[in-house]
Amino acid sequence: MTNNKVYMVPNPPTPNNPIEFDDKVCNGCNMCVEICRNDVLMPNPVHGKSPIVLYADECWYCGCCVQECNREGAIKLVHPLNQSVVISWKRNQTGENFRLGMHNPPPPNTRPPSV
Amino acid sequence: MAHWLDFIEQNASLPEWPYPVRYNQETHVKTDVLILGGGIAGCHAAISARRKGVKVIVVEKGATKWSGSGGAGVDHWLAACTNPCSQVTPEEYTEQVIRSSGGYDCGPLRYIACRESWDALLDCERMGMKIRDSNGEFKGADFRDEKTELLFAYDYKNKVTLRVYGYNVKPLLYRELKRSGVEIFDRIMITSLLTQGGKPGTRVIGATGINIRTGEFVVFEAKTAIVSTGLPGRLWTFSTELRPSFRDLNNVGDGCAVAWNAGAEFAKMEQSYNDSGPLSYLEYGMGNAHNTWYGASIVDANGKEVPWYNRDGKELNSIAERFQTAPGQKFMVGLGERVPSDYENQVNALAPDLPERIKKGEFVLPLYADLSRLSPHERRAIFGLMVGNEGKTRIPVYDALTKAGFDPDKDLLQAPVMPPEAYQQSNFWAGMDVPHWRIWGGGGLVVDWNLKTNLDGLYAAGGSIFGAGAHSGAAASGRYAGRHAAEFAKTNSELEIDKIQVQREKARVYTPLQQHKHNIGWKELNAGICRIMQDYCGQYRSEGTLKTGIRLLKELRESEAAMLYASTPHELGRALECHTLLTVGEIVMRASLARKASSLYLNFSRLDYPSVDPIEWQKIISIKQINGNVEISEVPFNYHLRPPYSPVYLENYQEYSIFDDLDKGGSIK
Repeated sequence: MTNNKVYMVPNPPTPNNPIEFDDKVCNGCNMCVEICRNDVLMPNPVHGKSPIVLYADECWYCGCCVQECNREGAIKLVHPLNQSVVISWKRNQTGENFRLGMHNPPPPNTRPPSV
Repeated sequence: MAHWLDFIEQNASLPEWPYPVRYNQETHVKTDVLILGGGIAGCHAAISARRKGVKVIVVEKGATKWSGSGGAGVDHWLAACTNPCSQVTPEEYTEQVIRSSGGYDCGPLRYIACRESWDALLDCERMGMKIRDSNGEFKGADFRDEKTELLFAYDYKNKVTLRVYGYNVKPLLYRELKRSGVEIFDRIMITSLLTQGGKPGTRVIGATGINIRTGEFVVFEAKTAIVSTGLPGRLWTFSTELRPSFRDLNNVGDGCAVAWNAGAEFAKMEQSYNDSGPLSYLEYGMGNAHNTWYGASIVDANGKEVPWYNRDGKELNSIAERFQTAPGQKFMVGLGERVPSDYENQVNALAPDLPERIKKGEFVLPLYADLSRLSPHERRAIFGLMVGNEGKTRIPVYDALTKAGFDPDKDLLQAPVMPPEAYQQSNFWAGMDVPHWRIWGGGGLVVDWNLKTNLDGLYAAGGSIFGAGAHSGAAASGRYAGRHAAEFAKTNSELEIDKIQVQREKARVYTPLQQHKHNIGWKELNAGICRIMQDYCGQYRSEGTLKTGIRLLKELRESEAAMLYASTPHELGRALECHTLLTVGEIVMRASLARKASSLYLNFSRLDYPSVDPIEWQKIISIKQINGNVEISEVPFNYHLRPPYSPVYLENYQEYSIFDDLDKGGSIK
């Protein structure tokens, strides 16, 4: 528990974080800001910093920001919990259950889509 | 530091609006052809109009590079009747779809889509979209034509629906717009059409818009315009808590409302579909056997497979049969056309009595899609080709699931767990319908064989036309309407806009900036409008509910909507969308009042007129408004085949279509 100052702020908009930026990868070029159809993202006032997710409640979850970005891993689309909590699969051989967003996920499937 | 709250807490001050604020500033732009909406239809319209050498402007509320209902990709190309492998003629497809729609369909749009959707796809290929299995990944598959390398869906014998690699279709269209010299105005929301002398019912000579980043007012002066905005999606349900995301938030019917106010004629506005609204699941992202996942094997919790059946109730013994017509069936239309399924056109499906068999315990929930039971080609076609290229699947489904470890070779993807009744149809991710939660049906503008509306200078394409639906139809009608609009612009002079009309609109759009912040905001008003639509214009309607609904919408417009506030240019856009929703909702209710019968095809139930599709109501009801007076007319089903038109589809197409060098004219060689 830190002694950070506490402010009066409204409840977080829902869904909370549809778009997550990795500050170490994102260079704040704002290409995603320029193409987001709903202006969910706003340019950061600090030049070179990742955009601000202003209208989280307006995200269409189309993933176009991720496609537009040319820095792999800078942007992650995160489905709202009321969707992801039921996106689950069962491994045929072992009967193991997995879920999108689970704490200890299995290794990724690295096969790309058909091109 | 990527979230607004982080910023506030670290800086203890609000970040300033990042764009210059230019409320009340006015910019005037002139063009030959003005395209309202930069989605699939609008982009194809712009490109084909520009090919004719005229000046073209596209106005888009979002960002043309990726926006629109088809902006996030496409996997199926429907009604490709003129592709070299097709066994279905444009006439057969058109007539089948119109029959399946009970006649409540737009003949010119349907036929043009059948004629030109293949040409539109070739346009896309020239722009760089991959439409063939050129690297041979699917070599030897049942659905691949070895000569053309085209891949087909649903009905492998008749080859009328293609599988395509369209994840990047919008960036390619965008590049072509830029290359060909089309001027693009992004982030501009259209708020009104300008008409000759400022009077409704006259020639359309421009439009006004508002920049939703800067608040600037833009006046477009044009010789002609094409409405190519999408299907409204926030009219019956709206929630940002439980996220429904099938329709883009931007789609509220801007084109519909501005055309209505200008005196344009609409049809099929009383139609709506059942919907699960915010209770739906991730599109294409859960186990199902529909559309993009057509042909998937579904198993229950114990691994017992749910059988597939053909239209005659015959259980199919092999996976290959899922992609074959039933004995005596000419062809399967496939899914995604927004056409009712019937005996003639239907695809094969999971057990129609699946809900009963779940209730009896024969199948145990949860169900799963087990793609490992399919051949490697079929499995990869579903999860890899279709899921990977369809709108909103490449990142939201393919990328999200594979990064989290999902492997279709090894894993069963769970279907949503719902009441048994919800498994009646195999599109499981659509969730369980709630009767009062509707979604937009086939309502839209009435057009002739030129895709022109009743207003001079105003054309329509894609989802703006009544009866429209699929991506390929938007592309085909866009390129056809674009040619006509260009021709109109070449043969008609520009007219002076009416300054009073412009100033009146300008005063209206800025009203929400002058309101107190303790009035009502756009989200609350939107939800209130939805409640009126659900209760008074839901699954069951009657004269009493509709008249009350119209009164309540009017009261909202005069009170809450008049006090609507906006803090930023963005909110101003959303606030004005609420005005649009009020208008669109009123049109739906007035059209519903006019149809004094129920209809199976229109998904339309009047409690006070329960008779279903009686012969005297088998006609299209059209509706328009001039100076506040609503006019109802009747349009015969075959209006497009009666004088002055020919009774023969092809003759009309040859008479009215305008061809150019690149376009071989609906593949008429």
